[in-house]
Amino acid sequence: MKWETIFKRLLIIMSAILVLLIIGILITLIVQSMPSIKSLGIGFLWGKVWDPVQNIYGAYPFLIGTLLTSFIALIISIPFSYAISIYLGEYNPKGWLSNLLKNTIELIAAVPSIIYGFWGLFVLVPVIRIFEAKIGVAPYGIGVFTSSLILAVMIIPYAASLGITLIRMVPSPLKEGAYALGATRYEVIRSVIMPYTRSGLFAGVLLSLGRALGETMAVTMLIGNTSAIASSIKEAIFGPGNTMASVIANEFTEADHTVYLSALIELGLVLFFVTVIINFIGKRIITKFTNN
Amino acid sequence: MDARIGIRNTKSMLFKGVIVFFAFLITLPLIIVLLYIIKQGVTEVNWHFLTHVPAPVGETGGGISNALMGSLLIVLMSSIVAIPVGIMTGIYLSENPHTKLAYYSGLCVDILQGVPSIVVGIVVYFWIVKPLGTFSAISGSIALAIMMLPIVIRSTEQTLRLLPPSLKEAALSLGVPYHRVILKVIVPCGFAGILSGIMLSIARIIGETAPLLFTAFGNPYLSYSVTKPMETLPHLIYTYATSPYDDWHNLAWGASFILLMFVLLLNITTKLITRKWNIQL
Repeated sequence: MKWETIFKRLLIIMSAILVLLIIGILITLIVQSMPSIKSLGIGFLWGKVWDPVQNIYGAYPFLIGTLLTSFIALIISIPFSYAISIYLGEYNPKGWLSNLLKNTIELIAAVPSIIYGFWGLFVLVPVIRIFEAKIGVAPYGIGVFTSSLILAVMIIPYAASLGITLIRMVPSPLKEGAYALGATRYEVIRSVIMPYTRSGLFAGVLLSLGRALGETMAVTMLIGNTSAIASSIKEAIFGPGNTMASVIANEFTEADHTVYLSALIELGLVLFFVTVIINFIGKRIITKFTNN
Repeated sequence: MDARIGIRNTKSMLFKGVIVFFAFLITLPLIIVLLYIIKQGVTEVNWHFLTHVPAPVGETGGGISNALMGSLLIVLMSSIVAIPVGIMTGIYLSENPHTKLAYYSGLCVDILQGVPSIVVGIVVYFWIVKPLGTFSAISGSIALAIMMLPIVIRSTEQTLRLLPPSLKEAALSLGVPYHRVILKVIVPCGFAGILSGIMLSIARIIGETAPLLFTAFGNPYLSYSVTKPMETLPHLIYTYATSPYDDWHNLAWGASFILLMFVLLLNITTKLITRKWNIQL
């Protein structure tokens, strides 16, 4: 009898630890970013200058950098993740070729981001440099665009594997009905499968956005790490930049006074909230979708 | 009329062509990265490389034994922390799906899964590095353990949920105490699923760099002390890849090769296990 109660208690304690862990993370981030919140106020978020030497801190360059890299990556990744979802969900759901492709795509997510960053630095950067020289922008090689390309590859598996599952869940009577009316395969996909899975596929894109926002290492190695704001749109896309995650990775161990360190932690806090909210909305949509 | 059908059919064929093209095109980056790492890395790897610490700039030779040992030790320590907590939480979530605690703790697993790894690094820095006053292997392990938890929990929970309830009922009706039912009947039945979750989580954390930047930090020498900074494979790749020296780049290619092979091997083994036991993760 005694062991039974101990075991049950232990299970409850372990689950409670998890809740405490999240609360602890939140409290730590808030407490440690207090000095910066107090001295910089809410204007921190749209301050345009980040100059630790002069003690001026503005998060705007990093917010823009994070949004820009993530959204460019998202735009590049969407055709691929949708194509994979449709191909493996509808055209070719079974068989060795389908399995092979599915496993290969899952391996894309398994490769550590540091390896993508290293490879990008030595292989992709020279290629991009030639490309940039051709289209007439300053050939940095490293920069927002290069990071977005690598990010796009890294986030495709997340949206794709969810998309495959959801497209396979489309009830076949719906599809058969459309075929019976004489619809072609393309028409079935466009007017039956796509409307049916729209919200779920959107959730997949949201989850991959969450990944892209928080991705650190590959971006840190490829983005060029400058905190200046670009003067033109072309410069902003092809020139070097910085994201919230990359500036934390680069400057955290160098931050030598309280407000500097605390401003970096406040960036982490913002990142935490944004990714949590995006993930939460994504998961909500999926739960709703699979329950219906 | 016929012409219209022809157009529609052509459109359908064209669409399929585009889909197939995009679906297979994405394997290209993976293949290129793999081949490149293998080409650059495989020539570096030999016995000397695996058993020596990195050579200073200007000297040839040297290896990555410090990072290999460090990664091994840190992953081992993370597993010791994360696996029991993860499995027990997983059991609780699958056994009591409708309690308030299960709801909140399930929510926290979802949140934890989405937390960027760099944020985990910051938090562990304040929890362990600052009080101890030095970067340490133990703090790196805690950071990685936090990253491991959601994968272990979810795989345990989902595997145990798939087991037929009659299994538990049969054991309970024989008068077996609850903890013995769970530990001797339920967990062994879901063993393959739990194991593959653990392997996946190890494959995930062994390549994590961001949380280690402010915790385990890195160390150019071989160290076994858990309260001192320790080198790990991904951190070694990061430092040496961003250095200006060719010798160090070669060292980093060799380390990347080993890391990549390890991660891929773990993933493929997990795939084979899940296929053999027919587990859905």
